This record gives sequence, C-alpha cells and structure tokens, in this order.
Amino acid sequence: MADVAAGRALIPRLSTLSRFTFVDVILWCLRIGVTAVVIGGTIGTLIKGRYAAAQWFDLVMFGLTLGSVYALIALGYTMVYGVLRLINFAHGDIMMSGAFSGYFIASSLDYSGFLNSSPILAMAAILAVAVLTSMTIAVLTERFAYRPFRHTRGLAPLICAIGVSFFLEQTFRGFFGPSIRSYPDPKWQASGFDVFGLNIPRVDVIVISLAIIAMLILYLIVQKTKMGTAMRAVSEDTDAAAMMGIDVNKVIVFTFALGGAMAGIAGVFYAFVFKQVYFFMGFQPGIKAFGAAVLGGIGSIPGAMLGGFFLGLVESVGPALFLDGIGIPAPYQLRDLIAFTLLIMVLIFRPHGILGERMAKKRA
Amino acid sequence: MTVATTSHAMWRKRARSPYHRAIITGLVFGVIAVYLAVVGILPMINARAVIVDLLTMAQAALLAIGLGAGAFISRSERELPTGTVMVHSLITGAIAGALVALLVLAMNAIDLRSIFISLSPQTSDMLTLELDLEYAAPMLVAAGAVLGALGVLLARSPARVRKPVLIGCMAVLFFGVFQELIQIMMQFSDAITTVRDLIYTWEGLTPEGAAVIFVVATGASVLSTRKPPAASGAPSWWQTRNGVLVKAAIAIVLLILLPILAGSYIGQVLMLVGLYILMGMGLNLEVGLAGLLDLGFVAFFAVGAYTTALLTADSPHSLAAIAGFPHLNFWMAMPIAVMISVVVGVLFGIPVLGVRGDYLAVATMGLGEIVRVIVQSDAAAPLLAGAQGILQIPKPVLAGMELADPVELFFLTLVCAAVAAYFAWRLESSRLGRAWMAVRDDEDVAQALGINLVKVKLLAYGLGAAFAGLSGSIFAVMLTSIYPSSFQLLVSINVLALIIVGGMGSLPGVVVGSLALVGLPELLREFGEYRYLFYGVALIVMMRIRPEGLWPSATRRRELHDFAGELEVEEPPPAVVAEIAAHAEHRPGE
Repeated sequence: MADVAAGRALIPRLSTLSRFTFVDVILWCLRIGVTAVVIGGTIGTLIKGRYAAAQWFDLVMFGLTLGSVYALIALGYTMVYGVLRLINFAHGDIMMSGAFSGYFIASSLDYSGFLNSSPILAMAAILAVAVLTSMTIAVLTERFAYRPFRHTRGLAPLICAIGVSFFLEQTFRGFFGPSIRSYPDPKWQASGFDVFGLNIPRVDVIVISLAIIAMLILYLIVQKTKMGTAMRAVSEDTDAAAMMGIDVNKVIVFTFALGGAMAGIAGVFYAFVFKQVYFFMGFQPGIKAFGAAVLGGIGSIPGAMLGGFFLGLVESVGPALFLDGIGIPAPYQLRDLIAFTLLIMVLIFRPHGILGERMAKKRA
Repeated sequence: MTVATTSHAMWRKRARSPYHRAIITGLVFGVIAVYLAVVGILPMINARAVIVDLLTMAQAALLAIGLGAGAFISRSERELPTGTVMVHSLITGAIAGALVALLVLAMNAIDLRSIFISLSPQTSDMLTLELDLEYAAPMLVAAGAVLGALGVLLARSPARVRKPVLIGCMAVLFFGVFQELIQIMMQFSDAITTVRDLIYTWEGLTPEGAAVIFVVATGASVLSTRKPPAASGAPSWWQTRNGVLVKAAIAIVLLILLPILAGSYIGQVLMLVGLYILMGMGLNLEVGLAGLLDLGFVAFFAVGAYTTALLTADSPHSLAAIAGFPHLNFWMAMPIAVMISVVVGVLFGIPVLGVRGDYLAVATMGLGEIVRVIVQSDAAAPLLAGAQGILQIPKPVLAGMELADPVELFFLTLVCAAVAAYFAWRLESSRLGRAWMAVRDDEDVAQALGINLVKVKLLAYGLGAAFAGLSGSIFAVMLTSIYPSSFQLLVSINVLALIIVGGMGSLPGVVVGSLALVGLPELLREFGEYRYLFYGVALIVMMRIRPEGLWPSATRRRELHDFAGELEVEEPPPAVVAEIAAHAEHRPGE
C-alpha cells in the first residue's frame, strides 16, 4: 500500500489539471523564463569574457568538491527513502553531528601537533570518530523517532522528522554552544598541486578522491553483500521481502547506519572545505542534498551521486555563468537561489529524476 | 548517547527479569536528568527561584523527574501490589540518581567544560547541593530512591488526596515562577498589596507564602470536588449556550484587562502571541484543513511586512521615495498588503499544484528560502534595502492618537485576530472548507466527486497567505523597522509547531498552541534560547502521543476516538467554546 501511495507521488500530476490552461501557461512561462535566464546569462558572460580559464577551472574544482559532499549526503536520503518512503529531514543534522565530533578530535590533534606530523593517521582518526558518531545518532533516530511511525500514513512521520532535526540542532547548540568554531587548517591541506599551470588546492583533491572511494565502497556493499541485496529487496517491495524471510527491521537499521556513515564523512569534508562548524550548518546542505537525491532519481544510488555532483557544479559555476551575464550585481549572494531553484524545478517538472524513470514506472 | 544504547541492550538481555522495567525506567529518567543538565537547561533555570532560598526551578525539575519516575513505574506495573512496586521504584529512583551522581563524579574528575559548555562548577554545585563529593554521590542515589518511592505513594493514593496535593504544588510553582508578573499586577490597590506582602518579598515567594498558597489551593480543590458531581452525560450549566456566552464574556474582559493591569511587557508578549495566532490560523487553513504542508509560509509574512513598509515608511526605501507614490498611512497600506499577499500566495501555489506530500513540504521550503535569499541580496537592494532593512515605519494613527504603546497595538492585533478568526471559522464550515477537508483526506476521491483541485488548492494558499500578510503588516508597524533576518525558516517551523501542538484544523487549538509555544517562552525570558529545542521535542512527542493536538477540532476528535467525552482540557477559553458549540449546532442542519 505504502508503495502505491509513494509511487503516485512520484508521477507528475499535471496532466490531470490540463483543463485549467492558465496554470499550464504559468508553468510554461516558468520553464521558458528559467531557460532564457540560463541561456542568455551564459551567452552574456561568455561574450563579456570577464572570467579567465583559470577562474573557470577553480569554479569547476570547487563545484566538484562541493558536489562530492552533496553526493555523500544525498546517498543517505536516497537509501532511507528507498526502504522507508520517508524524507529523513534530520539527515543534514546527522551530517552536522559528524562534523562536530570530527572537530573535537581534529582540534585536539592539532593542539598536540599530531595533525601536522602524521596526516594520514589523523585523518583516519577524525573520519572514524565522525562516522561512528553519525552512525550512532542515525540509528538512534530511527529507533526512537521513526520506528513508531513505520505504519502511519500522512504527515505525521514527516512532522516528526522535522522535530528530530530541530531537536538535534538545538541539542548540539546546548551541548557545545552557539558560536561558530573554526576548524583547524593544517599545512598539508592548504597548499596545492600545479598541473599545466593551474593550481589545484590539495584539500579539493583529498575530498573528491576520498568521497569517490567512500561511494565505491558503499556501492560494493549495496551490490555485493547479502545485507545490501536485502536492502535492495526491501526498497523494491517491503512486504514481499518480509515474506522471503528478510528481517526488515535489521535492514532498516543497516540502511540508517550506512547513510549515517556517509553523512559523517560528508560532515568532516564539509568542515574541511568551509573551515568552520556550528550547530545549524547541516540544514542547508541537507535540503540541497535532498534536491540532489531527487534530481538523480530518489531511491537510485548512482543517481544520488550524479545528482550531487551536478548540483555542486551548478551551484559553483552558476552564479558566474548565468547571473553575471544578465548583469545582476553580486551574483555570489544568489548561489543558494540557484540551488533552490534547481531543487524546485526538479520537484515540479521531473520528480522522478534523471535515473528514476524506470523505477517510477514500475511502481505506478 | 551511550546510556541510551545500553538501555536498549539491557532490555533485550533482561526481558524476563522482574526488575527490567524498573531498571529501564530508571535509566530513561536518569538520562533525561543528565541531558537537561548537559544541554544547559538545569543550570539556566537554577537562577529562577520557586521559593526564595529554599527551592529553585532546577531543583523543582529534578524533584519532578524523581517523582515522575516513581509514578511512571507505578502506572506501567498497574497489576502488581503496591509493596512490590515500592521496591521496584526504589531501584528505579536509585538508578536515576546514580546516573546524575556519575555525571557529577565525571565532572569533578575531568574538565568537561572545554567541550560541554554548561558543565561548569556551578552546575556541579547545583547538582550536589554544595555537599562534598563523597557525601553527594550517595545522597543523590538515596534521594532518587526516596523520590521514586514517594512518586509511587502519590500515584497510588486515592484521587481525593492526590488531586488536591498536585493542584497545590502546581499553584505554588505557578506563583513562584511567575512572581515578577504577579507582583506587578498586584500593586494596584492597597488591599491587594497587603496580600502581596504576605506571600512575597521583592525577590520572590517566601516559604510562608508558599505554605499559604498551597493550603488555599488544596482547600479550594477539596471543596470544589466535594460538590455532588453532575450526572454524567447531562451537560452542566457551563456547557449550555448561556454558560458558554458568559464564559466568552469573561475571557474577553480578562484579555482586555490583563495587559492594562500588567503593563506593557505583558502587552508585548500578548501582541506577539496575537501575531502568531493570526499566522497560525492562516497555516491552519493550508495544513489543517487542506492538508498542504507548507514550510515556506514565512514568505507571506515577509510579503505583508515589506509591502506595508514600502508603502508607509518615511525612509529612502519606500515607494514614496522611489516611484513617487503617495505616502500611505497604515490603514490604507494594510488592505493592500493583505491583497498582495493573496496574489503572492496564489503565484506561490501554482507551481507546486502538482506536488504532493513530502515533496510539497520541501518544495515550499525551497520557495520560502528563495524569497529570503532575494530579499537579502544586493541585487534586490535598490528596492528592498537588502540586509540593512527598511527603517522608520510610522505607527498607525487612529482618530488623531498614535498607537505607539504595545498595549494599544495589542488591542489592534486583538481586533484583527477576532475578525480573522470569524472568517476562519466561517470558512471551516463553508462549502470551501469541506472541499478542503475532502482534498486533505483523499485528493483523488475529492477530484472524482467534482471538486476543482486547482481552484480549491489555490484558494487555500491565497487565503492562508492573507492571514500571514495581515500578521506581517502589523509586525512591521510593531517594530517600526524590518530586516530580512526576521523572516527565517524558523518562523514557518514555529507556526507549524504551534498548530500541531494545538491541534491541526482546530481554531481554539491555534490559540492554545500560540499561548503555549510563543507566550510561555516569552514569559520565562531566559528560556528563549531553548525554545526551538522545546519545539522539536513538542513536535516529536505530540506526533507520538497525541497526534490530534491539545485541543483537537471536533471532526478530528471524532475520527480518532469513538467518543468525544474523553478529553480533559483545563479551563478552555470560553470564546473558543462558544465557537465550538455554535459549530456543533450548525452541523446537523447542513
């Protein structure tokens, strides 16, 4: 039953409204308008030629770095949505918990000098603690906040998830204070590589490569292990999976743990890139990563990765490419505008995403 | 966190032990106490005395946790004899106390303050009652055990003992915690001032005063229960139409008198409550009636506020200065602001018409964030002033008198809220309201029954936005300057939380929710920074325990329970009861 309802939500329902052409007109205006801004802005920027190739390269690199963080977060959304049909609203805050716990390890290691003397061990320690914390919190969230709503329809689970998100944020605020803390900035992260005269910041390389490794491991777990197979079975059809003898509870806990682990890694990387942690840091990346998950096709793991990278790129390159060209002052302030517009356009016009079409059809 | 995991593990291991329930309950209540200490709530409320030099609010909270643990175990082991439960409660209380003791020991062994900012030496002193460590730990365990046992005693005592005692304690708590306000209200006549001097000193409730209040409240409660109970089923006089009218009149008189007596601070708090009631009624149309979970609701509030500001402000950022528009006063600007909010609401609704459920929540949240990003950006700054905000918005002038005082503005809000409530109430039982409910329950069936989804949904967005726009308009003149930072997503969540706590789809619920979630944290000023924690917990707990809200609408109540008489709500505001009664009378005729 739940599958049918969720499947329905995935299908665009605009066709049923076709009698009311006024709505269609406005929606078409929206599409054309956004497309016009994108194309016009691109042409304008390219004609103006205000940015050099090196600057574009920097933007793309930053976009890929940001995108790999979004992709890691989006994986958690997509997997949980796959098995539970629930938007885990608190997922961004689970990422925040990873960043925070990583911060305490990183700053104490930085204080003792270990962070600079043996970077690999230090990174491993930071990531391990962050992953453990995020996993624990994700599993506890599932146990105490989501499990009671397993069979509830309607808005209750989502509202509870919003509550959990606030509870986590404010708990961290109460525990560790409302101030923004700056993340340690060791030397080995700050310098860069020179490739063909272009400067690639080292932290970008570290983040992107480690994120890709993490995603590969996740993909192997989901595709090759018994638990991963069970997970895919549950997300295909929970009742049938249960009848085949799969312990659905165990699978759900496993899903949350995996998603939490990815969020923990994402949290550490996000803190590496932006060099700060605070209690509200998880909210915006969380919402954007949800957009990335939908963009890739919710429930699809490669889709989430793709969507994450795409969103990161658009967010990083977009202000310069689209908005500068049409003469908007200070386009970087509107970075979030681009990300949220993309999110809404996806939800309205392509709720089944890029890779989700096959799945959505099957569920209908 | 670790403690909570252990409790789960232990539950598995000891599922057959007769003590397992006692142990889990003890761990849960202990974790609650430790959490409150670490998150900083206990250290914060420790500054507020219930009884001067005798009991702080933090100590009261710890006592309540101990008693609550006992009461809980007594309830969950209802079938066992009191003696056994007593033994169990001793274990429960001791475990809860032991967890607190462990926290104290840990705090003294290592410096946790560099990580957990609340774990200062003062917190430790508060938990140990400034005893030495070697006495404090056993004391906490013993105190927990004793409180647990007392909790069982209280829970198992007959209702005619338990109820008056609880009411007495509540009264003492109320008079102690809100002593500042009550003292201000009591200084108006000499006779009352004498009473005040009897129970209060300038810094709070005296022990003698507390005793007096306890005795009076307990006595009153005993006397009131001794009256022969009305035959169940037959409504008492208060529930008849006349009784309801009298109650409504009393409530209105109280609402008018309260801010006059209590001064401008209360006026300000009530005004804020009023603004949230207005917004709550709007969101209630969308979420409660039409089932459209809108997390971008703050956008309409912002539209109302910015329209009013642009039309009336005496600053370079106003339409008068930019476009040579005539300078409007508040009374002209307000309807325009409401109308523009409706237009924005409809425009906002069109793109998300085809989006449902969870996706709708995220899409609307994205739309709300877009509005905020635009308002904040430099790109829109020539018109909307960016992060600097629009300043010098004049106060409304009525018959030559400027409504500058919070109390006067509160009356303005009250009138607006009353008018809006009338509209909301009429909408609820109208054809449109019923169409909304049908859409909420099942969109496809509603459409099959001939409801025009597009029209109905857009009307929900537009009318909901009207309420928020009105609220925003008053908000602008209340502050006389507006900044984009006032229109965060948090406002949307705030409004959502209050209608959920009050009861989705219920007008009185909106009032109850606003009083509880906006008024209460505002009165306990230091609580302010924890209000969002409180909202988060409220959302989770309400969804788990009471999804219909504190004051559900009649329909919801009927849906969720087979009989309506089950609810016990303390002293409902009469105006609201009148509405329900009138509503109920309307129904059969429809």
